[in-house]
Amino acid sequence: MNKNIILYAAILIFGLAAPFIFPAFKVQLSILCVLIILAVTWNIQGGEMGYNSFGNILFYGLGMYLCASVQVGMFFPLAEWTESGGEKTFVHTPTQFFQGMAVGLLVAAVVPTIVAGLIGYSILGLRGHYFAICTLGLGVAAGEISGGIEIIGAGQGFTTPPFPNVGGLEARGEFFYFCSFFALVIAFVTIRAIYSTRFKLILNAIRDNEDKAEAMGIETMKYKIIGWMVSAFFCGLAGGIMGGLVGYIDSTDVAFDGREMGVFMVLMAILGGKGTLWGPIIGATVFHIFKEGFWTFFLGWQYVALGVLIVVIVIYFPEGIMGWLREKYPERFGEVVDEADRKAQVELK
Amino acid sequence: MDFMVFQYPMITIQACLDGILLGVLFALIAYGMALQWGVMNIINIAQGDLVILGGYIAYFMYLFGIHPAWGVIVSPFIMYFVGIGIYKLVINKVVDRDLFISILATFGISILFMQLMNFAFGADVVLANSGYGTTFLFDSNVVLPNSKIFSAVVSIVFAICLVIYMKKSKLGRAIRATAQNARAAKILGVDTEKVYAATFGINAALCGVAGALISITFTIHPYMGLPYTIRSFMIVIVAGLGNLPGVALSGMGLGVFEEFADYLLGTEFRIGSVFLLLVLILVYRRFKLSRKREYLK
Repeated sequence: MNKNIILYAAILIFGLAAPFIFPAFKVQLSILCVLIILAVTWNIQGGEMGYNSFGNILFYGLGMYLCASVQVGMFFPLAEWTESGGEKTFVHTPTQFFQGMAVGLLVAAVVPTIVAGLIGYSILGLRGHYFAICTLGLGVAAGEISGGIEIIGAGQGFTTPPFPNVGGLEARGEFFYFCSFFALVIAFVTIRAIYSTRFKLILNAIRDNEDKAEAMGIETMKYKIIGWMVSAFFCGLAGGIMGGLVGYIDSTDVAFDGREMGVFMVLMAILGGKGTLWGPIIGATVFHIFKEGFWTFFLGWQYVALGVLIVVIVIYFPEGIMGWLREKYPERFGEVVDEADRKAQVELK
Repeated sequence: MDFMVFQYPMITIQACLDGILLGVLFALIAYGMALQWGVMNIINIAQGDLVILGGYIAYFMYLFGIHPAWGVIVSPFIMYFVGIGIYKLVINKVVDRDLFISILATFGISILFMQLMNFAFGADVVLANSGYGTTFLFDSNVVLPNSKIFSAVVSIVFAICLVIYMKKSKLGRAIRATAQNARAAKILGVDTEKVYAATFGINAALCGVAGALISITFTIHPYMGLPYTIRSFMIVIVAGLGNLPGVALSGMGLGVFEEFADYLLGTEFRIGSVFLLLVLILVYRRFKLSRKREYLK
């Protein structure tokens, strides 16, 4: 336990100091935080509950649009803002910007949660691949439909309010970094707390055998919906922050980007190891470093590389990094290993 | 908006005819989907991208001065080998695994194909002009391009040929046996590995035919694959596996639905409404089954 506290303290201090140690990578670090949030929350249903969702991008995009709309709509007419496109006739004062951002993020987190609760009962009744395809359809439908709505910019896109001119050039990066880092800390603490309760065991029971779990007297539907709502809350929050960070929202390329974010979150969780607390975090970090480090070498071939990466990870590495570590060092994971048994297994291989 | 449907019956007739002709094409793609789903228990997200690839083959024949209708013959041949290649490289490693693994793996293939086609053929919306002219019905109030009629007829011919082939030929019998019980088929001397490869190849060839027809009648674009996958998935879940008349009927129904969505809601909501319909159908099925305390599986 003592070791853990030191570890967490070290990570926290590193996280707080990171933008000052690596000032050039502030935006990258904020994106990393958002990616980790997405991977960790995907893992709640994908890994722990066994409901592989392609549709968490729905909450992410919803949060993005909501945060920006609230931030604009609180002070100015929304329709005129989106119509003017890049050339702004309205300017947020710093107070307005931060107030709008705070309320916007709150709305961006709460509304997707409510949406998840409302659609949860219908959607989570589907199982296995039907659930996967249904959520895939939800995500794409949301993208297509939001691309046709005039008030949030339709196909033209939605420019989020520019950062007010306070605290110099560095302030914008630092503000968004601390937003995303703070959100990540909340997400991590919440999920860690959840995972140490009976709730996680119930989710695992649902994954292993839902019918039996129900027969044991667990109201599976209730817990499934709660799990999805937790996921939606943080996805919406992450989306809101990301919208402000990117500064421009497009329906299919930024917000409901099933081809990028929607796949990334699944991929990161699988790469790190589904159904573990640290797996998605490690997966997201490795993936982000790989993506940023090597994407420039592929120059235009990123999606080809992404497609190959998905196929390779899914086929050859479905247990992920944590799964691999677990197989290699089972003692570290608190598993009692019978030496003779292990030798026999090695010989069998 | 909705008064249009009643006030101008011609628009209704036009939409219905368009939808039915379009739906036959969807049914052809869905038949391939049902085939591989039934035999290999795989949901192929890359289905739509195979269709688009088949379309580009016909389009290139058109560019080189060959009539694109010949693409209906050439493209399935090429696509058959593309399908076998995909099977050997990827699919044979996911056949026996969890369904989600196959969905994700084919999703990767889909992204890969999408982007490769984008590089190879460019991001323009293209169309192979067949020069078939148009038919006018009801005092030229209803306009039907002949290419649409041609594509519907060709799809029906191909579907009938395939059904006969599956019933009569040795490979067809082997495929049906594997679909019923892969283990038993293996014991009785069917090389299931070969059957799987052939199934995937046949599915890709069907996609090739459909793609060639789509390049003549509609337009193709590297990123247009996913809607075709979703449409065929939807048709299969509505009709059920192995229910051929059902596939044809629900394909036509989907086509008509799309045309009406196009007229009533506007073209920008067309794809969105298809995806929304999928969600609604799944949710409807889920509630219907949950009354009997069952679930979709």
